[in-house]
Amino acid sequence: MTATPATRAPDPPAPAVRRRRGPTRADLGRPLLGALGILALLALWEAVPRLGVVSDRYLPPATDVLAALGVRATTPGFWTAVGDTLAGWALGLAIAFAAAVVLGFTLGALPRVRAYTTSTVDFLRPIPSVALIPLAVLLYGTDIRSTLLLVVYACFWLIYIQVLYGVADVDPVAEQTARSYGLGRLARVRHVVWPTTLPYLMTGVRLAAAVALILSITAQLIIGSPGIGREIAVAQSSGAVESVYALIVATGALGVVINTGVRVLERRVLRWHTSVRGEATA
Amino acid sequence: MNHQGEHGTMLKVTGLQKVYRGGATEVEAVRDLTFDLAEGELVCLVGPSGCGKTTLLKCIAGLMPPTSGTVELAGRPVTAPPPDMAVVFQEYGRSLFAWMSVRANVELPLKEKKLGKARRAELVAESLEAVGLTAFADAYPWQLSGGMQQRVAIARAIAYEPQVLLMDEPFAAVDAQTRADLEDLIRAIWRRMGVTVLFVTHDIDEAVYLGERVLVLSSSPTVVQDDITVDLPAERDQLTTRQDERFTELRARVYAEIQQAKNSAKGAPENPADGAGTGAARASTAVH
Ligand SMILES: Nc1ncnc2c1ncn2[C@@H]1O[C@H](COP(=O)(O)OP(=O)(O)OP(=O)(O)O)[C@@H](O)[C@H]1O
Ligand SMILES: [Mg+2]
Repeated sequence: MTATPATRAPDPPAPAVRRRRGPTRADLGRPLLGALGILALLALWEAVPRLGVVSDRYLPPATDVLAALGVRATTPGFWTAVGDTLAGWALGLAIAFAAAVVLGFTLGALPRVRAYTTSTVDFLRPIPSVALIPLAVLLYGTDIRSTLLLVVYACFWLIYIQVLYGVADVDPVAEQTARSYGLGRLARVRHVVWPTTLPYLMTGVRLAAAVALILSITAQLIIGSPGIGREIAVAQSSGAVESVYALIVATGALGVVINTGVRVLERRVLRWHTSVRGEATA
Repeated sequence: MNHQGEHGTMLKVTGLQKVYRGGATEVEAVRDLTFDLAEGELVCLVGPSGCGKTTLLKCIAGLMPPTSGTVELAGRPVTAPPPDMAVVFQEYGRSLFAWMSVRANVELPLKEKKLGKARRAELVAESLEAVGLTAFADAYPWQLSGGMQQRVAIARAIAYEPQVLLMDEPFAAVDAQTRADLEDLIRAIWRRMGVTVLFVTHDIDEAVYLGERVLVLSSSPTVVQDDITVDLPAERDQLTTRQDERFTELRARVYAEIQQAKNSAKGAPENPADGAGTGAARASTAVH
């Protein structure tokens, strides 16, 4: 099939779709403002105990806390704790993700079964994960599996619900297009259902990533399973106030790293989606 | 094709009725449609908005089962989307996959057809060239205008090299010049590939210019109101054909039929099944 020039529609100029590259002023300004904000907060934190507004037994100055953090960061025990916390976070998130995706896609394709499970889901979903702490202790003691139980339970629902929304959002015209071009069930899941669900899935993962960290640390703090949470509990009971604060700062830093990572991932995966493409065409 | 059908009939629609059921409400989209398309024929379908053209196309495409009646393709009943059939949907924007580049959109059906890489690249390049979008192969559909998206959907259909091509108002969003080019493109492809085409349009001139036959649907309850053979020469030209006296006559006839179709909404015909036969006779009373 070759087109004769007479039947060709005119070629519009291509550069219309070129993307603009390079950071703009607003892009550069934002991190700068953020850094200033952090500096101001640190200054305030330094000043308040030094001026005696709050006793440094409850709030040690920022420099002392950062120094304590620096010292801890040189000990292997600290990094083992970070590793344990991250392991609980990553493993829990991964298990929840896999289970939610498999179940979500399966039940999404079976509206009948889904209808049967709706009331059960509505009952189980609001149960706060921390309410399972006694159960976790009973089952697994202070093992990492206790942490996993809490993380997986909370994250599973967050992701599962999003997957169900996503699967239900498949455009019937896109679906019919795929069917009419001979795409089988699996090919449609891969090329139509999965990409449609992806924005929902990423929202679920973003929420779950934050919750997983919270629960991972909660479990360690309360149950005493290994990780930064347990280190905080130990530091507190031995009266090492600077260490308590240093470890809290460390968990905050972990949260920031995780959040940034998830956002970068989201941007990559959803390049084509409205939520991300906005700035590419602006 | 091992089965030639009766007298080279490619598509045979018999007594097709479609009722949409949603809870308590029922909408009878089409009442009783019967017509044939011979192999390699190019037929245009016109009818008032909402008369069930899209519904008919989806039944033919095997995307939904008719309430009663049958669709046969090359002698075999259609129960699922048949291979070798391509559909250009009316909602072209939603029919393209936003997560794939233009190239990937056109290529995906070819991958499913298990064509080799080189052949796929060739077909994609040719079809994009044919609709004038070569420069946009790597763009995403949402970076294109409505008319350009529509052309991507057309490119995807022609790259598929179907035996039957169903098109649902495929030129609705393009400018007059592009539209004329695309009309000639469809005729060129039709003549070269021998594909059987069913082309839905609102535009009477377009129906007469493109088709070998024009089927006029009545308004709801929908039946085939008339079946007009377009006896214009196969070689058509935007300027001379449209000035042809015969073209003007046919155009007037289709116009009168559509007027009739709209008016018949008030008093539905007694015997909808043979609406096709009596349509021409009734047409004269509808023209003022
Ligand atoms: N999914 C649906 N559920 C219920 N009713 C429907 C559905 N799709 C179409 N209809 C009804 O069926 C009738 C025919 O619709 P259809 O889309 O086939 O018309 P059409 O001839 O293609 O119109 P247009 O020219 O405006 O595209 C309309 O009355 C419409 O309301
Ligand atoms: Mg329609």
